[in-house]
Amino acid sequence: MADDLKFAKTHEWIRPEAGGLATVGISSYAVEALTDLVFMQLPAVGKKVKAGESFGEIESVKAVSDMYAPVSGEIVEVNAALPNQLETLGKDPYGAGWIVRIKPDDPAELANLLDRPAYEALVKS
Amino acid sequence: MSSSPLSTPLVHWHESHGGRMVDFAGWWMPVQYSSIVDEHLAARQAAGLFDVSHMGRLAIEGPGSQAWLESLLTRHVADIEVGRARYTLVTSDAGPAGLTILDDALVTREPDAPNGTPRLAMVVNASNRDRVVAWLVSQLPPEGVTLHDRTSATAMLAVQGPLAVDIVCGLCNSNGVARIQSLGNYRATRATVAGHDAAVSRTGYTGEDGVELVVAADAAVAVWEAIHAAGSPRGLRPCGLGARDTLRLEAGMPLYGHELVADSDPFAIGLDLAVNLDAASGTPRRFPGREELARMKADPAAMIRVGLAFDSKRAAREGSPVVVAGTTVGMVTSGSLAPALGHAVAMALVARHLAGAGTAVDVLVRDAVQPARVVPLPFYRRPAPRS
Repeated sequence: MADDLKFAKTHEWIRPEAGGLATVGISSYAVEALTDLVFMQLPAVGKKVKAGESFGEIESVKAVSDMYAPVSGEIVEVNAALPNQLETLGKDPYGAGWIVRIKPDDPAELANLLDRPAYEALVKS
Repeated sequence: MSSSPLSTPLVHWHESHGGRMVDFAGWWMPVQYSSIVDEHLAARQAAGLFDVSHMGRLAIEGPGSQAWLESLLTRHVADIEVGRARYTLVTSDAGPAGLTILDDALVTREPDAPNGTPRLAMVVNASNRDRVVAWLVSQLPPEGVTLHDRTSATAMLAVQGPLAVDIVCGLCNSNGVARIQSLGNYRATRATVAGHDAAVSRTGYTGEDGVELVVAADAAVAVWEAIHAAGSPRGLRPCGLGARDTLRLEAGMPLYGHELVADSDPFAIGLDLAVNLDAASGTPRRFPGREELARMKADPAAMIRVGLAFDSKRAAREGSPVVVAGTTVGMVTSGSLAPALGHAVAMALVARHLAGAGTAVDVLVRDAVQPARVVPLPFYRRPAPRS
């Protein structure tokens, strides 16, 4: 399906929004691979992150995983309700399961990421 | 250890039923098939089916076998009756203090051989099998005892949960049903299960009722599939190593490499019953490391094993510091969400004066401080059977 999502190899997705912002979440593949989600640590609004740097943690019964910023920028909003309803990530990872909104320092960085077919090829390999 | 992991006779079953395979202690094993929480709850509420064929299985036979193990293990072996199993430590006298705990193990006396000589079975951890076998072989007497590593010739399945015994009995003839139903905890027998000869013991590592079966390697798939088919309609699920770990943690059972390590004080981690010193008797026992174990018993350790309960689901992990009033007073040895309880738990070694139930502590979980309190072990105790 054609869409405007871009993916990091570390399984985060990012979608450009109006006003120069972008929404970030984790892929359905990542949610399925983690399973048994128990905890999510969100960053503080206003935090500056660099591409590839951890902006939060997601924990399953088995392990703790970092979530990495797909692009550099400032966290301008977090989905504060999500940590208390992690099942949303399984039901709607690309919609209601969004995690943070980021104001990219350089929107051109999105071009470094994978489009959906390339990401899907990566996780199937 | 070879570079490619070993596999059990059930590896293709696991791979073709959604098993997420990992290299665990040199074995290609399933961590989970679906969700660890769902598998865990199936074992608590109905039954779980586990491939534990990676565990080391040793056969020790011969007229001198009991006396030999009696001289090597921390538990009495000479007086084990046929059909009884005992939990023991395997120790050597290596190390600066003259004690190295090589493993914990279960020793079962099987029916004597036709010529009347005793036969013992020993189950050891996969991660320690090579060094335990090497140690035991180095200690073998010139004659009278043989030791065979039967790990690859056999398979071991655990069926655990309130329905486990009933499901297995459904695959036995009346003779087998009678033997298994009357089997007390830590007792073993033989029975024909799904048409295959099996060593059956009322043992496990989950805190549930259940049995462990040892069958010939070439019977493993047939027995596994028969149990799976008979149990699935009643809620049985195949369970991976993930659920095995959360189940044993909830049940407060130590795991070698975590609660129990080479230089552990067994008396500080609640394993007093695994050590028979016989200090008060006229003839104290002799086995490797006994002197240091006697010293440990006489001179209680500063840190002891406790259970910690958290309000949150966020788990402390091995190595997380335990802190009281800004001072580190202990360290987590295992931690996870406890699926049957709905919150995180951990086992930890903490300073003895802070080990009383109800003591409030903080646990540093990465950057965050998680409040917890000391609680008695086990975290979970199965309901008493209905009579």
